[in-house]
Amino acid sequence: MGSRGITSVGTYVPRSRLKRSTIANATAWANPAAARATGACAVCNWDEDSITLAVAAAGACVAPEQRLQVDAVWLASTTLPFADRDNAVVVAQALALREDVRTLTSGGSRRGATSALLAALESAASRPGAQLVVASDRRAAKPGSDQELKYGHAAAAVCVGQGALLAEFLGSASLAADLVDQYRASGASFDYALEERWVRDEGFLKLVPRAIGAALASAGIGASDVSLLAFAGPSAVARRIAQAAGLSSAQSALAERLEESCGDTGAAHPLLLLALALEQCKTGQIVLLVGFGQGVDAIVLRASAASSQLAKQRPLQHQLDGGVDEPHYLRHLSNSALVEIDWGMRAERDNRTAHSVAWRRRDEIGAFVGGRCRECGTVQFPRARVCVNPDCRATDTLEPHPLAHSRGRVKSFTEDWLAFTPRPPLIYGNVELEGGGNLMMEMTDVEPGELAVGTSVRMAMRIKDLDRTRGFRRYFWKAAPVAARGS
Amino acid sequence: MASGIRDKVAIVGMGCSRFGERWDAGPEDLMLEAVSEALADAGVERDRIGAAWLGVFFDEQSVGKSALPLSQALRLPNVPVTRVENLCATGTEALRGAVYAVAAGACDIALALGVEKLKDTGYAGLPERTKGTFEDLYLPGSTAPGSFAQLASAYAARHGHSMHDLKRAMAHVSWKSHENGSRNPKAHLRNRVTIEQVLNAPTISYPLGVYDCCGVSDGAACAIVTTPAIARELGKRDVVMVKALQLAPSNGVEAGHSSWDGSHTLTSRLAAQRAYQEAGVRDPRAEISLMEVHDCFSITELVLMEDLGLSDAGRAVHDVLDGRYDREGRIPCQVDGGLKCFGHPIGATGLRMAYEIYLQLLGRAGERQLRAPTLGLTHNLGGIPNRNIASVALFGLAAA
Repeated sequence: MGSRGITSVGTYVPRSRLKRSTIANATAWANPAAARATGACAVCNWDEDSITLAVAAAGACVAPEQRLQVDAVWLASTTLPFADRDNAVVVAQALALREDVRTLTSGGSRRGATSALLAALESAASRPGAQLVVASDRRAAKPGSDQELKYGHAAAAVCVGQGALLAEFLGSASLAADLVDQYRASGASFDYALEERWVRDEGFLKLVPRAIGAALASAGIGASDVSLLAFAGPSAVARRIAQAAGLSSAQSALAERLEESCGDTGAAHPLLLLALALEQCKTGQIVLLVGFGQGVDAIVLRASAASSQLAKQRPLQHQLDGGVDEPHYLRHLSNSALVEIDWGMRAERDNRTAHSVAWRRRDEIGAFVGGRCRECGTVQFPRARVCVNPDCRATDTLEPHPLAHSRGRVKSFTEDWLAFTPRPPLIYGNVELEGGGNLMMEMTDVEPGELAVGTSVRMAMRIKDLDRTRGFRRYFWKAAPVAARGS
Repeated sequence: MASGIRDKVAIVGMGCSRFGERWDAGPEDLMLEAVSEALADAGVERDRIGAAWLGVFFDEQSVGKSALPLSQALRLPNVPVTRVENLCATGTEALRGAVYAVAAGACDIALALGVEKLKDTGYAGLPERTKGTFEDLYLPGSTAPGSFAQLASAYAARHGHSMHDLKRAMAHVSWKSHENGSRNPKAHLRNRVTIEQVLNAPTISYPLGVYDCCGVSDGAACAIVTTPAIARELGKRDVVMVKALQLAPSNGVEAGHSSWDGSHTLTSRLAAQRAYQEAGVRDPRAEISLMEVHDCFSITELVLMEDLGLSDAGRAVHDVLDGRYDREGRIPCQVDGGLKCFGHPIGATGLRMAYEIYLQLLGRAGERQLRAPTLGLTHNLGGIPNRNIASVALFGLAAA
């Protein structure tokens, strides 16, 4: 058996940053501890959820030309929008993966991503294809709570397989322990967290070193050989764990970096830490990845030469450094459905989805696949029966043509204060895609005054409409300014 | 080669209700207001109408679908009634049906009526509606102002105008229509405004402010058409003749092909060219006496001046500011106030335009009468710039 491990990584951190000082300004009257908090939380736009986050991270992880090599998707999250509708299939469809892809959802645990990663690594021993492990969370927190100050939204994905590796899998250990440090009952919106000191002393410091010891033993690695600890927990605890487990030097940098610029991202956190570790380590260094939540997963990996490319580009660090300040605390609450703004009668529009239509046109709507005319080469959306080119108009000549990876150019636009959107104004315009394709698109991650004719845009799968009557949500691609990532 | 509609059909009577927020009136009241005026004007009995065309756009509102609303409101003697709908070109589409029926000899006298009752929704602006079960899955939840506002960004970019300059020209368009509307007793909006008021109004859809948008109105308008011979039998001396009636719907090019840059309305150009040809108009700038165009928004009227071949490319901004389309200008536009101030009850609008041309050609426009007009143009744009139906009609006096 050849070596197996991580072959690629991709991350997605939403554009908006809610400074903890912004939270404190609004809530310190109720929670004085907020006044001492520093840094910022990465927070979703209204049209992002754990599915769209996962699609964005997975899209960054698997290049379009490699999508057909993926034969399994493992999706980990505690906040998936559907309790019964395979969220992983929605992700797989959006990525235009093969129809025979296997999907599995790992929910109900902050440790879900590391458990899925282990399962994928084990499965990789006998399967030749790439396995995509993607983790995302958009956890809500009550205004004024400690969680509000701690939590951030993000997603991270890794591909697991054989061949050219970023990091080789050396060994692991798991431990199951029903220590209830925090929980969220089924159907509840918020987490209930127990005293941090008890969690630290009885949970982290007793359970994690045991799992680490077992994992290092299975890998045949000494504790002093570990260069980076990617521990999904508080940075202050990371330092103590490193001491207790006998790891070398300062070990809280990764956790601190995420705490400061993005927050604790729940199920996504272990893979986000792993991505950050791989951007920072040198060839041959040992990375120890630890997921925590009713037990521990400890995974030992060794960085390969291929990781040096990642270290050069540092995409996650650019995402963390970027971002745009969200100055409006109340808008953040509204985006998170934590306060109900009166949007007037236009918001009463019925967004019922015709599922038979959505199924018939699933690759156009679900994966943003347009058509390319084999007679004249014109790329177009939607994929109609007759070619749109006025000089062609041939019938049944359109072949599927992916548009989700296209860049585009704004031909015309408006900022519409009359149309209903949960984040006014509704900004939309006619867009011409590079390589062909023209359509009117909703814009996202853009503020009034930022667009111009000619602005370069990228495509982002987002929530298009919420159907509150029936508890459904539908997705489609929106255009986001390329420069708006803040990079 | 088809011979076209030119000089085959006469308009012998027209009527138009007062437009506006007609809290007092339902669709039946509006229809009767317009039809009564038209029948009296034509001097024909209701039972001489051989067939009728009813134009309604928002059938979700209180008018309803099918021929029945008109047939029942007028208690017509079970003659054929056809309900038509072509977005904001609906009124002109109703007229087209009636005119073609007379030209074909299918009936001697036909009636075209457009009606819309918009102000029963409980909120401002046009009613919300679905765009279609598939379209709702990918098209933005756009509004009419947001869809037309995009013309401004693309037009300014295409011709190198600053938004500041373009906004001033757009403000002139609206200012002019308020001036004209103030002289029209049937208009929805009869207030005069200043350029500064227009420029400083709250934004609806960038760069359109409140005064860049037309009124959302209730109303009905009606035409009675017949053959030139019957018109003479009815004792008409001056007869308004249909010179051209053209319709051009989009086929998807604007929305889906790179050849459209968003700065103009492609179908208006096509419909205008065909209408000029049908009417034998060689030089529209010299021959057209007045026009009523689809000024749903100020920017629409401005770019239409180019699409109709009346201003050179990129020059409409200057022509508008020079007053070329004002009441006293070379080609007065919207002398009745237009959609902007007369109002825009969608199904009625095309016929309302024809009503003003009809009154002007016959010298019956009262305080707003122009001096000796001979050829009038009406234009509708149904839908939005990237997906629409344009109609262009020309009307003139019969050669005696």
